Amino acid sequence: MAAVSFRDVRKSYTAELQVIHGVSMEIEDGEFIVILGPSGCGKSTLLRMVAGLETISAGEIAIGGRVVNNLEPKDRDIAMVFQNYALYPHMSVYDNMAYGLRIRGLSKEEISVRVQKAADILELEKFLERKPRALSGGQRQRVAMGRAIVREPQVFLFDEPLSNLDAKLRVQMRAELQALHRRLGTTSLFVTHDQVEAMTLAQRMIVMNAGRAEQIGAPLEIYAKPATTFVAGFIGSPPMNLIPSKREGRDALLGVRPEHLAPCGRGEAMMTVDVDLIEPLGSDTLVYGHLGANGAGARVAVRLHQSVDARAGHLAVRYDPAQAHWFDPASGKRIEQ
Amino acid sequence: MEKRVVFRSAWLPYALLAPQIAITIVFFFWPAVQAVWFAFQLQDAFGLHTEFVGLQNFEALFADEHYLGSFRTTAVFSVLVAFSGIAISLLLATMADRVLRGALAYKTLLIWPYAVAPAIAGVLWAFMFAPSIGIVTYVLKGMGVDWNWIIQGDQAMLLVVMASVWKQISYNFLFFLAGLQSIPKSLIEAAAIDGAGPARRFWTIVFPLLSPTTFFLLVVNIVYAFFDTFGVIDATTQGGPAQATQILVYKVYYDGVKAADLGGSSAQSVILMFIVITLTVIQFRFVERKVQY
Repeated sequence: MAAVSFRDVRKSYTAELQVIHGVSMEIEDGEFIVILGPSGCGKSTLLRMVAGLETISAGEIAIGGRVVNNLEPKDRDIAMVFQNYALYPHMSVYDNMAYGLRIRGLSKEEISVRVQKAADILELEKFLERKPRALSGGQRQRVAMGRAIVREPQVFLFDEPLSNLDAKLRVQMRAELQALHRRLGTTSLFVTHDQVEAMTLAQRMIVMNAGRAEQIGAPLEIYAKPATTFVAGFIGSPPMNLIPSKREGRDALLGVRPEHLAPCGRGEAMMTVDVDLIEPLGSDTLVYGHLGANGAGARVAVRLHQSVDARAGHLAVRYDPAQAHWFDPASGKRIEQ
Repeated sequence: MEKRVVFRSAWLPYALLAPQIAITIVFFFWPAVQAVWFAFQLQDAFGLHTEFVGLQNFEALFADEHYLGSFRTTAVFSVLVAFSGIAISLLLATMADRVLRGALAYKTLLIWPYAVAPAIAGVLWAFMFAPSIGIVTYVLKGMGVDWNWIIQGDQAMLLVVMASVWKQISYNFLFFLAGLQSIPKSLIEAAAIDGAGPARRFWTIVFPLLSPTTFFLLVVNIVYAFFDTFGVIDATTQGGPAQATQILVYKVYYDGVKAADLGGSSAQSVILMFIVITLTVIQFRFVERKVQY
């Protein structure tokens, strides 16, 4: 296990095409870090730079205090789980897990002990002789994790490992990943575009956008205090409402989460929504519409409890000013109050 | 969804198949049946008299030292052509797979030899290596090598192998390149993280995953060496010197056309037919089941 440091890490393919614009972060030993962002934000590239599959154009990455910029992947003491699992199709489950150990010259007995232990943790004992093609998606996923575990590396790297699974299996594997991390305590970097995965797995997360780390922090902290309009709009479903407004005489963006808008009587209304879409979800109901009596204002979403009867028309809402967020419309940065 | 086309007409399907069937019958089955028929006959040199002789043609063949020698020659020739053809094209394909700049030009150039007719390929190589005027001969002489394939059997064999391999590399290269490109990059990356160096990655990951392609090419190349190299040999050594490059298919032609032994030549064709049938069966039955992952 080891700490990982990013020091102003940059990646560019040509002089004009820069994809990572300087990411800095200190990851503590044993932390579970999620790198979250939309497609093309550079999150996988960042992970692959830690793995040694992409060169580092500028800056430094250190694992356990050792700068790894010029080290081959095999010398970095990391293990990686790929999105498509990347299992060796011509090898049995056992051989898939043993491959890296054999290359490192471990004894037959040691390899067998480690593979059996990993198979035990991941409930793969019955499948050790099978080829990957004879396994289900979830089992393949487990083999990929097993291949990482047996190596006992300093850092685990996960590149969207759950995105090829169906929804139910994804929830289950998420829980297993958490349990695994509790048990092994290995420093982990996990890349995903799924905010639910990020919120549930991360001890801290990096929200990335267009090659920049927009915000780094604990999931709930980021949810409670998004640093930019991008983060505000990316975390939370439906995303935070961003309403052009005025604050202390200057233009500002008012941010209110859908669950912080409460229906009220006309007299105490702070805004009125011209409702055009209602989505009943069972536990609660989502109401969408435009602000203003004539529906000309910003589009907003409101989360109502089931008991509230929602119907088309006008909905008067109010919010607690303590739950409001303010952003600078030009830079998109949060205005601290 | 129903993918088959169902014809209402009784005769239309047969009419549509007729041209293909006619070609197959006229150019494949008829000569094959004739070869089998002639294999049991003995004709005099002028074709005036034919006699049924049973298996005598076959008996004579297997008692003939020249025929058995031709078997050995064919074995050496086809093993050399198939193995070096596959090895060289695999090497070229592996390199082409890594090329980033100019990849298209590189691939295009490698595919060109396939468009050259076998006889032309033979003539090109015979010319370059001609004992009296060849440019390569000149260089070899300068290096002290006594190069004369018209007299030396081993050199003649080397020449026809080179010409045949050169001709076949394009074909093998295309298949290997497609095979290499269908291996997911993440597999190679996973192996790199697992600690395998380039050579180890190639032999433990890439090569096993290419094995279906390799086996397919092995069969195709052996069939090629057995039959399609006729043009190369006819344009260069014509089986010589002293039968050093007389492979089975060339002997069929030589005995039938030049030595006018129609019965013996037909018997050899029948044997060749069995060899190619066996190879095809191996290809379709054994390979498709065994070399899988």
